[in-house]
Amino acid sequence: MRFGDLLRFAWQVLGGYRARTALILLAMGIGVAAVVAVSSIGEGARLYVVNQFGSLGTNLIIVLPGRSETAGAMPGVLIGKTPRDLSIDDALALKRSPAILRFAPLIVGAGDVNAGGRVRETPVLGTTAEFIQVRQMDMGQGVFLPPGDPRHSQPVCVIGSKVARELFGTRPALGEWLRIGDRRFRIVGVLARQGQSLGFNTDEIVVVPLAAAQALFNTEALFRILVEAKSREQIPHAKADIEEILRLRHEGERDITAITQDAVLATFDRILRALTLAVGGIAAISLAVAGILIMNVMLIAVTQRRREIGLLKALGATGAQIRAAFFTEAVMLALGGAACGLAVGKLGQLAIGQFFPDIPFTAPWWAVLAAPLTAIVTSVLFTVAPARRAAMLDPVMALSKR
Amino acid sequence: MIRLAGIERIFRVGDEAVHALRGVSLDIAQGEYLSIMGPSGSGKSTLLNILGLLDRPNAGRYELNGRDVTGLTDDELARVRRETIGFVFQFFHLVPRLTAEQNIELPMVLAGIDPAERRRRLDKLLADYGLEDRAGHRPDQLSGGQCQRVAIARAMSMGPTLILADEPTGNLDRHTGQDVMAVLERVHHEGGTVAVVTHDPEIGARAHRRIRLVDGAIAEDFREKE
Ligand SMILES: Nc1ncnc2c1ncn2[C@@H]1O[C@H](COP(=O)(O)OP(=O)(O)OP(=O)(O)O)[C@@H](O)[C@H]1O
Ligand SMILES: [Mg+2]
Repeated sequence: MRFGDLLRFAWQVLGGYRARTALILLAMGIGVAAVVAVSSIGEGARLYVVNQFGSLGTNLIIVLPGRSETAGAMPGVLIGKTPRDLSIDDALALKRSPAILRFAPLIVGAGDVNAGGRVRETPVLGTTAEFIQVRQMDMGQGVFLPPGDPRHSQPVCVIGSKVARELFGTRPALGEWLRIGDRRFRIVGVLARQGQSLGFNTDEIVVVPLAAAQALFNTEALFRILVEAKSREQIPHAKADIEEILRLRHEGERDITAITQDAVLATFDRILRALTLAVGGIAAISLAVAGILIMNVMLIAVTQRRREIGLLKALGATGAQIRAAFFTEAVMLALGGAACGLAVGKLGQLAIGQFFPDIPFTAPWWAVLAAPLTAIVTSVLFTVAPARRAAMLDPVMALSKR
Repeated sequence: MIRLAGIERIFRVGDEAVHALRGVSLDIAQGEYLSIMGPSGSGKSTLLNILGLLDRPNAGRYELNGRDVTGLTDDELARVRRETIGFVFQFFHLVPRLTAEQNIELPMVLAGIDPAERRRRLDKLLADYGLEDRAGHRPDQLSGGQCQRVAIARAMSMGPTLILADEPTGNLDRHTGQDVMAVLERVHHEGGTVAVVTHDPEIGARAHRRIRLVDGAIAEDFREKE
């Protein structure tokens, strides 16, 4: 029997039993669509997190006070007593490492910002001129904080675009003065719009020189030091240098944590990948259900089409040909169902994308490949028994009028 | 062409054994036109099924075209069937979702004949059996006589040397039945061997050799003089 004839024959059978065909296509389609949609949600979440981390900067190492046992895991999960603070001198000492390109110490607080009679509470960031390069942010207008000794500060500040709009409306903010607590700052720059980044909206912040922030919040302690390594390859060296320099400065105690962006990313990546795989696997169970449905339908078909099978055998069909006919039918159903499912899954993915435009929903390649493959494999597996039964049918019995 | 020797066929139904054929020996020459008659349950269909390699005897020897076929596997039997034997059934056994043409084409499709050759043979068969204007009709759009002609055309599509018909007129009125027999006899005139099982003495009498089965054994083997 020619392959083309086999396809045509199966096609005629599928066309001859439309309701049955539609039912199986539906079951297969739902299974495949579920796998694609669910895994694309998981993949979307993963890409979202990866992008968010990527937007922090490149070759970034975050230094925070306190020892976190599992470096690379979530920061802030600290054990032990209140750690020793990080100081400006700690930060400046990092200059010694040849693997470090630049760094920016960071103090974070909140303050009431006054300008032209309007008051607004915003996060206030104290840092140095290098911050904008480390975090790879862009200026909308003006300049960032001036370079210089971080221990001394000028009364200048940089504000986020939303803060500028809320305090000054359409009036130019550049050159204006604003007051935080009892200190006055002249606005030298407005940050370009960037939006949300890891729960921190840079459009809503005010950036002041480090020393000014220390005075404002009455603290010497740094919240973080952001360090940029010279290159990707230098990251491990930079991390080792940071740990060594600060250990020496802290009387030999390892009481800081240096997190590389890659390590955090890798952790998130692993978790979310596993999650995606798991939910995709659960969705794949519906494919197995579709497979059982196919087996059921095929077994019924063997009984229903007894005569036809008997006739084909009387006309000289071999057992292999009968089996091939059944398998072709099953594979065609699986392929059709998979095609419908992929299309519906894609539509579903686009629909979810409408509601969450920030999240890049994309079906991962393995899901797009595995879903139809699972559909085909299950339907072929579940056709083995019915096809065998059909091939072994006794033509005389099958053709008898009884 | 056919040599049956001591063919036994026993069906087991629970504890009981039904002896459908008891020591049937029969020689059929190429080109013979043979009718098999006998009371109901005498083993006519069983004999025909064994002749057509659809069933296997429990004992005895069957030589087809000089080759012992009793030891062949199911698939080998299927191939022999495909190449040399054409079946015609009382209930036509056409595939309802396929057109007349597609039904006739089935054995050629199973044999893997290429589409161009199939088309050529198909056109000839449709013309030979007067089915040109019914080629695209489904069985439920055809009369009983037309259905049986489609079935005969199908049986003839691989150019078999042996045509076996089990009560081919059993479901047709007298007139249509004789029509169908005339079509079957054309095969005989072209040199094919034809064996027809029938209950109708008038149909049976058309054959040149008439076999009568009683209780699974040949009770009478009548041959017309030329
Ligand atoms: N598959 C079977 N299982 C059990 N017994 C069977 C089977 N097939 C046929 N028989 C028995 O074998 C005997 C011969 O049956 P067969 O069908 O050959 O008769 P027949 O001459 O064709 O009868 P009819 O004229 O009614 O068609 C009968 O007694 C029948 O009951
Ligand atoms: Mg019978």
